Amino acid sequence: MRAIVSVVGKDRMGIIAQVSGLLFSIDINVMDLSQSVMNDYFHMIMLVDMSNCARKFEDISAALAALGAEIGMSIKIQHEDIFNAMHKI
Amino acid sequence: MIDRSAILETNEMIDKDNFDVRTITMGISLFDCIADSGAGTSERVYKKITESAKNLVSVGREIESEYGVPIVNKRISVTPVSLLGKTETDFMQIADALDKAAGDCGVNFIGGYTALVHKGATTSENAFLNTVPEALSVTERLCSSVNAASTRAGINMDAVKRMGEIIKKTADLTKDRDAIGCAKFVVFANAVEDNPFMAGAFNGVGEGDRVINVGVSGPGAVRRALERCGADADFGELSECIKKTAFKITRVGQLVARQAAERLNATMGIIDLSLAPTPAVGDSVAHILEVMGLSSVGAHGSTAALAMLNDAVKKGGLMAGVYVGGLSGAFIPVSEDAGMIEAVGRGSLSLEKLEAMTSVCSVGLDMIAIPGDTPEDIIEAIIADECAIGVVNNKTTAVRLIPVPGKTVGEKVEFGGLLGTAPVMAVNKFSPAGFINRGGRIPAPIISNRN
Repeated sequence: MRAIVSVVGKDRMGIIAQVSGLLFSIDINVMDLSQSVMNDYFHMIMLVDMSNCARKFEDISAALAALGAEIGMSIKIQHEDIFNAMHKI
Repeated sequence: MIDRSAILETNEMIDKDNFDVRTITMGISLFDCIADSGAGTSERVYKKITESAKNLVSVGREIESEYGVPIVNKRISVTPVSLLGKTETDFMQIADALDKAAGDCGVNFIGGYTALVHKGATTSENAFLNTVPEALSVTERLCSSVNAASTRAGINMDAVKRMGEIIKKTADLTKDRDAIGCAKFVVFANAVEDNPFMAGAFNGVGEGDRVINVGVSGPGAVRRALERCGADADFGELSECIKKTAFKITRVGQLVARQAAERLNATMGIIDLSLAPTPAVGDSVAHILEVMGLSSVGAHGSTAALAMLNDAVKKGGLMAGVYVGGLSGAFIPVSEDAGMIEAVGRGSLSLEKLEAMTSVCSVGLDMIAIPGDTPEDIIEAIIADECAIGVVNNKTTAVRLIPVPGKTVGEKVEFGGLLGTAPVMAVNKFSPAGFINRGGRIPAPIISNRN
């Protein structure tokens, strides 16, 4: 299963390292990444592969949200199908 | 490959425009629960519902978490209860069982305390109708509906004649809670069998054992898209913009419905393409009409604007959903829509204009508080007018009126939550009694002869 991780918030050092570190620790592989900083505002979207991850989706979602709260960012993970459904025919 | 703009657009719709899936409703057939006694039937009803829908809420939450789109309500609809019993005692026992089953499944509303009497009522159905006010006053989650007219049968005016009494009695029995019982009772013309929205949801007689119907929403997303079109866009551009947004919204509904049906071992029924407002800021159908250029909803032009909105929503949604049904269109409730409430407050929206707008919206006069001293025959006449619009135009119409005891025009009623705040609206006080009291059935219109 593939998912999209979105990270939004005020830019600071080490965001990519911390998010990808958490994903690595639970066997989620980052397949693609798009990131930008505009006016100190950080925005990152990651495409990830969860097929080797044994954890429940809601637990992963909670762990990312908790990391987000810790580093002052909004982090969420969504199954990629919602984007495919809305934007591809 | 990451399509950055697509991801941003989706998440903006969810985070900023209140886009959500409004309801996953599980329709459950109760025909196989009919036993020799009301008590026996009730026992089977409770068992079947709690077994069928035990995972409804948890599966809803699971899908919500995986796709990151809020699923506001998880609800249950059942076979019209008037077909399951004979006596008033039978029906009250079933009402209790339904309420308890809904509570134990963790859902806030269960629909289907329903009678389909558009042509005539049986002895059992008349007994059932007698129980509606009490059933709504002693239960918390039960929703009730009556189909009093259809394009094929005409308007059963004998049934309509009973509705005023039922609504007033329900208001009286729940007067300590601002007549909230009336917010859970709706009178239909051309009721549909697969509507996922309350208070009018029931699992029709033509439905299967366990069906998932999903209602999507997203007035905020449509409004934002129209704002981006700008004030100079012509109607063709506005229509295209609404269609594209409705398509995207409905595709999510389709995805959620498919997933829910699979995980709950149920048949996927339909997607209801409705734009359903909530009292939240930015989630209003009235505000969409105002973005189109009306200074306040209710102004002349509102019916045309709503007609275009309703049509474009359907056109965009139809291609996105495999099975489309339910009510499908724009809802125009008053208490549940911040823009409608404001419009009543500033004097631009009247009951008469709302009636005109119901001829082109998905349903009808919805969640409207009226003075508590409104006579029964005036309520019945309002229902008759609404039925006429539905029957002649071959569409669903409905009436959900709340005559609030002790309140009059200018006052407000706070229901809270999704039911919102209802300003008490003025009704025409000239008596329709001589017309309403005639009895019988208004014959089906000429358009019903289609064979």
